[in-house]
Amino acid sequence: MSTRIFLQHEAILDLIQGMARLTRQQLEERGFHQPAIIGIHTGGVWVAQELKRQLGIAEPLGELDISFYRDDFTRIGMNPQVKPSRIPFEVEDRHIVLVDDVIQSCRTIRAAMNEIFDFGRPASILLVTLIERSGRELPIQPDVSGLQPPLADEEHIRLEGPDPLELRISGQASARNTP
Amino acid sequence: MKHDLQLNQAGELRHFLTIEGLRRPHLEQILDIAESFAALPGRQVKKVPLLRGRIITNLFFENSTRTRTTFELAAKLLSADVINFNVGVSATSKGETLLDTLRNLEAMHSDMFVVRHSHSGAAHFIARHVNPGVSVINAGDGWHAHPTQAVLDMFTIRKHKGDFTPLRVAIVGDIQHSRVARSQIMALNTLGVTEVRVIAPCTLLPAEARSLGVHVYHDLETGLEEVDVVIMLRLQRERMDGALLPSAHEYFQLYGLTEKRLQRARPDAIVMHPGPINRGVEIASEVADGSRSVILQQVSYGIAVRMAVMSLTLGARAGEQRG
Repeated sequence: MSTRIFLQHEAILDLIQGMARLTRQQLEERGFHQPAIIGIHTGGVWVAQELKRQLGIAEPLGELDISFYRDDFTRIGMNPQVKPSRIPFEVEDRHIVLVDDVIQSCRTIRAAMNEIFDFGRPASILLVTLIERSGRELPIQPDVSGLQPPLADEEHIRLEGPDPLELRISGQASARNTP
Repeated sequence: MKHDLQLNQAGELRHFLTIEGLRRPHLEQILDIAESFAALPGRQVKKVPLLRGRIITNLFFENSTRTRTTFELAAKLLSADVINFNVGVSATSKGETLLDTLRNLEAMHSDMFVVRHSHSGAAHFIARHVNPGVSVINAGDGWHAHPTQAVLDMFTIRKHKGDFTPLRVAIVGDIQHSRVARSQIMALNTLGVTEVRVIAPCTLLPAEARSLGVHVYHDLETGLEEVDVVIMLRLQRERMDGALLPSAHEYFQLYGLTEKRLQRARPDAIVMHPGPINRGVEIASEVADGSRSVILQQVSYGIAVRMAVMSLTLGARAGEQRG
């Protein structure tokens, strides 16, 4: 399958800088103080680490592996690479910034929110993503997204990293989306 | 190659019956997944929705409250529904055959049977006869195998020691009648430890002991020299009636683990026991309750390991149906 680099490290850091600005603005507008950050394993954690740095949050990051909360276990079985989810702070009554690398169907976000609630009842969740693409299957939308690239259904976009971060697109672009 | 009843065509674990025939990656996969389940007790909600809507039947032909309870808890923490089928007081005692019992339980849409039986091979028999959509876990069959106990012991060792490769492990006690010991020896050798020792009187050692890939010791103190892990086995009191042993007191004199004897092992050695322990028979209270004992951790880890085995085997079924 053909794969091409879509964005490289520096450009991705620039995107996250913009996301940090929009996130700060959203948090202020809604009165969400002292937020804590949770990244979704694995790409979301890399983005969350950079976002945390940009927002100047000292508190350690939460990391979620949503394998136990997936809705397709009956079809694909257990993910053998599952890692423990770690949230090193109290979720109860906290404002949470939930970070993922790519949002499409939003099934992962549904699973992540269910898992967060098993740690405690958060005061709020703000959803931030590096890449937002079409293909929503659930009524969930990001509050902040870095980029909304036009991609064909057959194209897959993937964040690789963490050092350097690299966004790669694989699969054939259909004629209508080819620039 | 002979078809392995435990594995599907993709080589995934669809039943869990014995350590025999499994390769290192199979065991490591269970240990890795158990690592994530072991992190759950720290949360407000200790369960996950992975096996929601599945029915798991505990089919115990032999009493074991402790093992049954950990399987039940494991299933419940995965959000499965659990049926405890106590065979002693049910149909089999009225003359129903094992297969008829099985068909009845399948008609209740059970997705998994957790089987404990006093006959070796009972879980294999059931695995051979269940419907294609059903998984079987061996929770102990005769003197043959107790694979989930062995894997939880491996998990406990890995938690404390990290790497298996440099380890010397001693298993002490009634090897002859222990399904746990057989499974432990296979698991330790599969995971590539440096040495497995068994320490026991001649009467409690199987004739084929050496062919299991172990070094045999009859003297406890010599056998404990420089070991990293000491696994004590429970001495069943009925062995005394069978004239295999003189008395509990005498057994303790020769094979009981005391603080003094434990000093022969490495300073950071851990002491394990599958439970229930006989204080003053195979282990002194000072050791069982001492700082090197990880016996209660084994119980907690047992739940995580059983969750891993349940989700892997039921997940393999999923993969098969998809394929």
